[in-house]
Amino acid sequence: MPDDLNWAIGGEAGDGIDSTGKIFAQALSRAGRHVFTSKDFASRIRGGYTAYKVRTSVDRVESVVDRLDILIALTERTIHENEDELHDDSVIIYDAERTTMQDVEVPGDATALEVPLKRLAEDAGGAIMLNVVALGAACEVTNFPIENLDESLQKRFGDKGEAIVENNKQAARMGQEYVQEEFDYEFGYDLETTDEDYVLLNGDEAIGMGAIAAGCRFYAGYPITPATDVMEYLTGRIDQFGGKVVQAEDELSAINMALGAARAGARSMTATSGPGIDLMTETFGLVATSETPLVICDVMRSGPSTGMPTKQEQGDLNMTLYGGHGEIPRFVLAPTSISECFWKTVEAFNLAEKYQTPVFLVSDLAMAVTEQTFSPETFDMDEVEVDRGKVVDENDIDTWLDEKGRFQAHFPAADGVSPRAFPGTADGAHMTTGLEHDELGRRTEDTDVRVEQVDKRQRKVETAREQEEFDYREYGDPDADTLVISWGSNEGAMREGLEFLEEDGYDIRFISVPYIFPRPDLTEEVEAADDVIVVECNATGQFADVVEHDVLERVERINKYTGVRFKADELADEIKQTLAGDAGTTTEVEAE
Amino acid sequence: MSSDVRFTDFKSDKQPTWCPGCGDFGTMNGMMKALAETGNDPDNTFVVAGIGCSGKIGTYMHSYALHGVHGRALPVGIGVKMANPNLEVMVAGGDGDGYSIGAGHFIHAVRRNVDMSYVVMDNRIYGLTKGQASPTSREDFETGTTPDGPKQPPVNPKALALASGATFIAQSFSSNSQRHAEIVQQAIEHDGFGFVNVYSPCVTFNDVDTYDYFRDTIVDLDETDHDAGNRDQAKDKILESEKEYMGVLYQDEESVPFEKREGIEDSMAEIPDGAPEGAMDLVREFY
Repeated sequence: MPDDLNWAIGGEAGDGIDSTGKIFAQALSRAGRHVFTSKDFASRIRGGYTAYKVRTSVDRVESVVDRLDILIALTERTIHENEDELHDDSVIIYDAERTTMQDVEVPGDATALEVPLKRLAEDAGGAIMLNVVALGAACEVTNFPIENLDESLQKRFGDKGEAIVENNKQAARMGQEYVQEEFDYEFGYDLETTDEDYVLLNGDEAIGMGAIAAGCRFYAGYPITPATDVMEYLTGRIDQFGGKVVQAEDELSAINMALGAARAGARSMTATSGPGIDLMTETFGLVATSETPLVICDVMRSGPSTGMPTKQEQGDLNMTLYGGHGEIPRFVLAPTSISECFWKTVEAFNLAEKYQTPVFLVSDLAMAVTEQTFSPETFDMDEVEVDRGKVVDENDIDTWLDEKGRFQAHFPAADGVSPRAFPGTADGAHMTTGLEHDELGRRTEDTDVRVEQVDKRQRKVETAREQEEFDYREYGDPDADTLVISWGSNEGAMREGLEFLEEDGYDIRFISVPYIFPRPDLTEEVEAADDVIVVECNATGQFADVVEHDVLERVERINKYTGVRFKADELADEIKQTLAGDAGTTTEVEAE
Repeated sequence: MSSDVRFTDFKSDKQPTWCPGCGDFGTMNGMMKALAETGNDPDNTFVVAGIGCSGKIGTYMHSYALHGVHGRALPVGIGVKMANPNLEVMVAGGDGDGYSIGAGHFIHAVRRNVDMSYVVMDNRIYGLTKGQASPTSREDFETGTTPDGPKQPPVNPKALALASGATFIAQSFSSNSQRHAEIVQQAIEHDGFGFVNVYSPCVTFNDVDTYDYFRDTIVDLDETDHDAGNRDQAKDKILESEKEYMGVLYQDEESVPFEKREGIEDSMAEIPDGAPEGAMDLVREFY
């Protein structure tokens, strides 16, 4: 278990909590310490309670824990909100000269460290720097060399001028010196530094960076917590690589703009959260039937409806897996860590273009608001591969023209993937539509063509199962009798959880699944275990349902999708044939 | 773009299923003529069609085309044009598609002013669902779902456009093929969002806003002293409820399309085989 320290700054929204916390997190990261941050926040701009928490260790940290060692409390409420996490060795730094903080009582035997933050900040050049004074005080308490703050103060305030930077450095030192001089305590904390070089980023930033690395050139979106950071990251940065971010009037528009850009040949994406996914669902089917490569990112938050916009939940699995009327071939990827947010985004773009179908990238609030340290090589850009699939140009388009010279954009190829001609390609002009269509993209209600096109689109999934690896990540003891399965961001907490369990004598095999569809078949793994537990952040166990579905002995199936209803005599025949074992597990009722 | 493109090159081999006499035939012919006249060819043209009778146009024309979700044709067109500004983008739809389910996108597409044309076949009725009131139907227009009329005034799309900062607003009439093609051509040539509302009568379900009604009422702005560069004159004409006009009501000659303001010059389709050069700098930013 990592020898960790848990630190937090809390106050009201508008107090600069986030930026102060980030300065400390960055300083730790630059000093060669691992960092894992989290936020307590509400959907408001001013007031309330908000906190930025930092867990740090020289070893990797993958999760938050229920323990707080150092707390900078700008409000009394901050202390109450964290009462359960504080312990007898906790140190609470606060300004007892503030009228609202004069009667503060700290819980248990925790140390109350009264530092006149505001007065010291004014001495350093302005009351606005009181948070930085507190950072200085925290450095002293944790035996963390104050110089480590300087680089992140420069990064934060550099564009405001050298004088401001110097004032802040001074403010930090005044906080430090005050604690040194006024308190003769041995706090017992020691934040040692190392020579390691880390980068610090959150899940949304990792997705944005992954998109640029993968060659994404167009992003359309509508701001929504907690997905907005993807859009803000890309804005301005994607321009340097020839791309553009567009803020649409709503999510209906965003996904359709992204679809348009993809039709024009750009690698294109949109990102949103649950309420936006609801709106975008309207267009899922069009993306799939028009066979347009599109990456749709859902950074999940608590639902349903507006739910709890700033709280964690993995409640959209069914939505991304099944959302949209009719049957939609799709891929659903769920990165299991912040670094995987980057790599799964790259993979999402390749899958989208190779199979010309929507790819859902399902992340969540826990990863979106957490900043974590990684060695820069984790994001080795030389490892990024780009596969654009079956794009044809002027030179090879002839192969794909029919006898009348018309481009067959929905040619029913054996692998289910048709050729793709970007607009502007000579002789490639073709239409496509959300209506059922023939190989030329023209509407049809012909039952044979309908079945041919449905089968063609579904074949992409079969092809992908053959050609791609939809594997899981495994931790713990592979021979253990207890199997724990999770998907998405729970991986970090479970990995550290394994260490707690091991201490108490529990032997566990842990499987972390990043592919929701197509997904690894866990039948063997489930059957090999005595106890199987599926861990997920939702009330009904959506992934557990999926696992149970896969493990079930399959029922026989009779399906008909010609557009014509079942007929009594036909159905009776089909049942007889199925019982006679003439049909496979899936019986296609032939078109008449 | 070859210079010998004829308007019939924009015709697909699929026969339209519109009712005989439908205004959409004339509307589509004018669009094809205007595209050919402006030097475009099917391989550099992208047509986005909405849902409804009008939405079938993508099937009957020959070009790169997408027939999408009801009401969302404009955002698709914006995405296409921004990803490849070298393409000629034309969006076509009906009054239901554009002014009812797609009304939100309409005003924002007008504001955004991407260089594309938007042709709305306005027949003041829902034709494909067999005759219900549309957002441009008259207040007392009786239909199966509004037996005593919609009891609400019709939307004025040109006024919406003007209020949303339009740079090009025109009204056309499908039956006047010469003028209609000219007006669409002007919309294509306009540097920005060229909006053309086309009276495109429904001969099956609308017995009020008929060919005869428009022929008798419509005034060609070319035969008046209307100054399309004058926003106030445009406003007066657009808000006049007793008259129907044909021609360019308003055009801002200084218009600069959104994608130009955003500095987009080339197609975004071409990308390297791996991460783009300089991508590692993105990682270093997180130090």
